[in-house]
Amino acid sequence: MALSTKHLLGIKDLQKEDIELILQTAVQFKEVLQRPVKKVPSLRDVTVVNLFYENSTRTRISFELAEKRLSADTINFTASGSSAAKGETLLDTVNNILSMKVDMVVMRHSASGAPHFLSKHIPAAIINAGDGINEHPTQALLDAFSMQEKFGSLKGLKVAIIGDIMHSRVALSNIYLLHKMGAEVMVAGPPTLIPPYIQQAFGVKVTYQVKEALQWCDVANVLRIQLERQNQPLFSSLREYNLSFGIRREVLENLGKEIVIMHPGPINRGVELDSDVADGPFSIILHQVENGVAVRMAALYLLSPHNH
Amino acid sequence: MKTILNQQQLQIMVQRLAYQIREDHPDMHNTVLIGLQPRGVFFSDKIVGVLQQLIPNHTFHYGKLDITFYRDDIRKALHIANKTDMLFSIENKNVILIDDVLYTGRTIRAALDALIDFGRPAKVALCVLIDRRFSREFPIQPDYVGRAIDTIVSQKVKVHWQEADGNEYVELLDS
Repeated sequence: MALSTKHLLGIKDLQKEDIELILQTAVQFKEVLQRPVKKVPSLRDVTVVNLFYENSTRTRISFELAEKRLSADTINFTASGSSAAKGETLLDTVNNILSMKVDMVVMRHSASGAPHFLSKHIPAAIINAGDGINEHPTQALLDAFSMQEKFGSLKGLKVAIIGDIMHSRVALSNIYLLHKMGAEVMVAGPPTLIPPYIQQAFGVKVTYQVKEALQWCDVANVLRIQLERQNQPLFSSLREYNLSFGIRREVLENLGKEIVIMHPGPINRGVELDSDVADGPFSIILHQVENGVAVRMAALYLLSPHNH
Repeated sequence: MKTILNQQQLQIMVQRLAYQIREDHPDMHNTVLIGLQPRGVFFSDKIVGVLQQLIPNHTFHYGKLDITFYRDDIRKALHIANKTDMLFSIENKNVILIDDVLYTGRTIRAALDALIDFGRPAKVALCVLIDRRFSREFPIQPDYVGRAIDTIVSQKVKVHWQEADGNEYVELLDS
């Protein structure tokens, strides 16, 4: 048994069995992370480059830690302060790095499809750490892992994805993954932030009322408002967004049932999530971050070069 | 195909090995038993079961260890990991590693690496049901042996367990 793919470019390309294998392997890595020595020698002959053309805190640290816990050698590249600023093309940069005997590439880029392009031109295994508004597969996998840990199975689970669906690669990867694993998905947010044909295209439920989504769901995955990707005003103010679409504690307490709140981070406190929700008993946000390392270890381990 | 042990022989052997371990470890409080995943744990379950009958009120330190991430052939093929269950420290403990078949010694080499990530044991011993002697690729020898057999590389030893396979015997397969 092995993954059906050489790269992890998106959840779209994965089979259900691939997702199950990654999640199952992540369970074993999570145990490794509880040991006195939180490290295994599996990837000690592998070198990984973390290629970040876009800002990141969590994902970059999480990948780097995952690589180190697997004993891989790591090098970090960030676009600012690199030759990319001097006009070097993506392919030239990567080929120069690979000529120094690098085996795997973890990549984040603001252009959707950048890792897919790269995969057609280089021999190394690529893991997409977020490409533009397309996909963020390891985030969806760690979200799934966290939900599975909480609920046992994803089958039949009702997941609401709330907020800026339009600009969110987390939303798209989550929709692909949840559908493949038999969960139901509803998206909620202002009409300007929900792509008009998403219901027809992806078979998700759509609502513009956050309360309706909260009443329906078992899990609410609340997304950040991606102001950096919005080049036109899509709602009048952050304050108004918070009043209409922000998640507040009293709403959760009056639902008559317990739901789980997730967020991929970074949180805009007081915009999409109030602080007493983000830090409250419903939230598993910090578990998501913890699980991220185990899930990324699983992806790196399963995609690391074999038969070389 | 040749049957090396039938069910009755196997059960007697498990009893004998458990008694030997008991004899060498009068104070079980400082002893830790660890079965190796995936197939060694069926054997270790039985050893611990017999020991539990011998000392009914004792709570055994019994763990299960998966060595997949420590293998030396990790680049040759993808290996899927199994569960590790080690909810105690092995610092200064007498550890008994338990596996069904000892062949090249590579699994035990990996197990020793994995083991020391859980602490520094006082002593490590090895208990195996079948020892394919003269096939070793590492300087590793068992302390408790069910049966030592002579085999060649092309042969395979398969241990069948009631819990996993629905019947219980050990066979030698020629391929």
